[in-house]
Amino acid sequence: MSIAQAGLIAVLFSVGTFLVLHRSLTRIILGIGLLGNAVNLLILTSGSVPDGVPILGTGSDPADFTDPVPQALVLTAIVIGLAIVAFLLSMAYRSWTIDGNDVVEDDLSDRRIAAEPDVDEDFGEET
Amino acid sequence: MLILLIVYAAVAAVCLIGHRRLDRVAFPLSTVPHIVTFAWLISVAPSVLDGDPMVASIDWVGQLGLSIDLRLDGFGLLMGLLVTGVGALVTVYSSGYFSESYERARIAGLLGVFAAAMLGLVWSDGLLTLFVFWELTSVASFLLIGTDDRSATARAAALRALLVTGIGGLSLLAGLVLLGIAGGTTTISGLLAADPSGGVVPAALVLVLVGTATKSAQFPFQFWLPGAMAAPTPVSAYLHSATMVKAGIVVVARLAPTFADVAVWRPIIVVCGLGSVLLGGVRSMRQQDAKLALAHGTVSQLGLIMILVGLGTPATTYAGVAVLLAHALFKASWFLAVGAVDHATGTRDLRRIRGVRRFGVLATAVVLAAASMAAIPPTFGFVTKEGALEALIEGGAGWPGTLALVGVVLGSLLTVAYTIRLALGVLGDGTIAADAIDPEHLHRPGPVLVGPPALLALLGLAAGLAAGPVGAWLARVAASLDPASGGRELYLWHGFTPALGLSAFALIGGGALWWSTRAATATTDAPRSLSTIAYDRGYEGVLSGSRRVTGVTQSGSLPLYLGIVLLSVAAAAGAALATHAGSFDWSAVPLANSPLEVVACGATALSALAVAVARQRFAAALALGGSGYLLALVFLLQGAPDLAVTQFLVETVTIAVYLLVLARLPQRFSAAPDWAPLGVRIAVSVVIGLSVAGFALQASTARTDPSVAEEYIARSEPEAGGRNVVNVIIVDFRGFDTMGEITVLAIAGAGVINLVAAARREQRRKQLLDGTDVKDLSGRAPEVWR
Repeated sequence: MSIAQAGLIAVLFSVGTFLVLHRSLTRIILGIGLLGNAVNLLILTSGSVPDGVPILGTGSDPADFTDPVPQALVLTAIVIGLAIVAFLLSMAYRSWTIDGNDVVEDDLSDRRIAAEPDVDEDFGEET
Repeated sequence: MLILLIVYAAVAAVCLIGHRRLDRVAFPLSTVPHIVTFAWLISVAPSVLDGDPMVASIDWVGQLGLSIDLRLDGFGLLMGLLVTGVGALVTVYSSGYFSESYERARIAGLLGVFAAAMLGLVWSDGLLTLFVFWELTSVASFLLIGTDDRSATARAAALRALLVTGIGGLSLLAGLVLLGIAGGTTTISGLLAADPSGGVVPAALVLVLVGTATKSAQFPFQFWLPGAMAAPTPVSAYLHSATMVKAGIVVVARLAPTFADVAVWRPIIVVCGLGSVLLGGVRSMRQQDAKLALAHGTVSQLGLIMILVGLGTPATTYAGVAVLLAHALFKASWFLAVGAVDHATGTRDLRRIRGVRRFGVLATAVVLAAASMAAIPPTFGFVTKEGALEALIEGGAGWPGTLALVGVVLGSLLTVAYTIRLALGVLGDGTIAADAIDPEHLHRPGPVLVGPPALLALLGLAAGLAAGPVGAWLARVAASLDPASGGRELYLWHGFTPALGLSAFALIGGGALWWSTRAATATTDAPRSLSTIAYDRGYEGVLSGSRRVTGVTQSGSLPLYLGIVLLSVAAAAGAALATHAGSFDWSAVPLANSPLEVVACGATALSALAVAVARQRFAAALALGGSGYLLALVFLLQGAPDLAVTQFLVETVTIAVYLLVLARLPQRFSAAPDWAPLGVRIAVSVVIGLSVAGFALQASTARTDPSVAEEYIARSEPEAGGRNVVNVIIVDFRGFDTMGEITVLAIAGAGVINLVAAARREQRRKQLLDGTDVKDLSGRAPEVWR
């Protein structure tokens, strides 16, 4: 891994986190897309050093191959990332058709507990 | 032994599962295991008392060295006889006590569960076996106290009993585990043989004593027991006087002969015990409810037994065992008698009860039980109290023993006073006119209700008259706790001794105390004890505290949760990284692997930043796609052409999906209120990005073993016939992973189709609404379309 790659990972993670922390569902999905890219890059670069392409018979010596295992892992991850983004997008679409927006709302019962911590709601009345 | 426990559990399970159908036969049915076990115990008694304990052990978790160890020795035999004997009487009594309005099968089943757990407890030799049965009795007690589950008082009392004994149980567990480690053993017999000392042993013993004090309702944990009287009376008689509350005493009795000489032991025993003796006695005198008066009396008596077995000298151990038996006989008798009185007159209020004298047998039982409780000769209560005083006078336990003697005499005096008051209250005619008692209701209790208490009371008298043989038998029981306790005797009359003088003093003093306070109007709402207040405050504090914590941490805002989670991760990883930052070998990481890489990385980063600043959805989606394409270039430079191709293709599909969806959404992002100012959000994001990058750098230089890749590369061509190693891994070596991946894709695809179809339906419904002439001023869809 090089400093340049580490810098790219930092930027991708920062921007991805920033977007995920939004309330708009589409922005969150964009953030998840970026975070997916960032994680893929992280696995690939921290697991291998750039070297010969791991394909036999292309001239380079198998001893000089770069590590193929992170590549195989990341390849799977890329495809699953697509599935996740597609699913989230259709959720955003559904949310839009129902509510007319794609904002992630606060949980109301949690809000109520936060507002009135001393009100005890759970105990039944004497019968 | 195990078979008997299983029989108990099976009968209890049948009762609990059969429920309604077994309502009538549940109590007779559950008497069977009691009688069988009682008979078995009698049959094995001779050999067990000759010092030949029966042992049973089955492997539980072999790898952890855990097994279920049971060991029936003399003391276990006595406790077993009490549990089964009183149990049999209580179940017989219950069949007459509980009317059809109770869930009789449930109560019978729970009593069976409790009896099995209690037998397991008194017979267990394994430290953890003991704990498991200990907690089982707590749970059974909780369920039985809460029998009347529609009453908030009963529920609160049940919860309080469970919490106090449950927390005590944890303390006991900690103590037992520490003792087990110190002694290098997992059994009680092994522990006593090892006799560990020093180190953690004093602390472990304190923990054990806390546990036993909660279970046996000892000061300052005595407050749960009176509340437990919310349980039906037969349950109280069984659990909260004769058996369960003796569990702490059982543990203390087994440990005391070995550990009583540890400095912390005797002072704690005597302070807790005396606190209980005196507090229980004083409080008992203030109760109007006969059952509550008995409950406070139980606290007092348990304190006495705790002191005796806890002091751990041979004499006190023997006396403790004797008092334990006497107490079980007269206290269970008392409880059952009060239950019968309640049944007959409809009240337990000492000021209202009247007419009990007419029920000859019941009244006799009350008199006998009272005589035994107040230690009036020639009852067994007197014989054992004499024995206790003798043992304390004999000394051998240092200053705590002397203090105990004074306290016990005072406690006996109080006992005499509250017993007289209680007996006269039950037998006399109440001072309050019979407004509360319906004369119609007054009826003679049946033989099933009178028989058990009368039998127990008679046993108390008979044992007193036969003090010699009974005492000799108990000596063989006590010898199993401390061999030096063997060979001792009990006497009904042993001349004019100091003990007799103290007994007489207690009787006369107690009588005088009762006489001087007889007119005092006792109050039903006695002030809550300090420990009750402490418990209530603590309980409410925990509840409201947890609600506050919930309020702060569970604000309901998803971004806030995420931020907190991510920051915690970053803090944990960041702290570790920061402490090792100094030793990081910067020479191991080049600035860049090639000039082109700097360009590719920089462009990708810029494109990613554009995603964040874009105000329009389309622009953001395109920027995301750009960043993805550029990332493919970074992959290529890393020596991963397969990844680059895949990334390129997937990014293309992703952009297509984005554009399809975004085409139906408005141009701009919805303006939603933010949970934190922009600066904070940026700061959080940057912190997380930097900590991950730091982690990545650290990880990339952390390899200690060669990659598994060498094997894959070597086998790629001969075994899989493929040259592209990445490809071979995916479709061959790790083919099942790929199948899982395809499954994920298929499921996600099905989800997408469903969501889109649902959204379409929604839209069609809206169009239908807009297009038709429905005049619905509320703007809501008519019922038809919903």
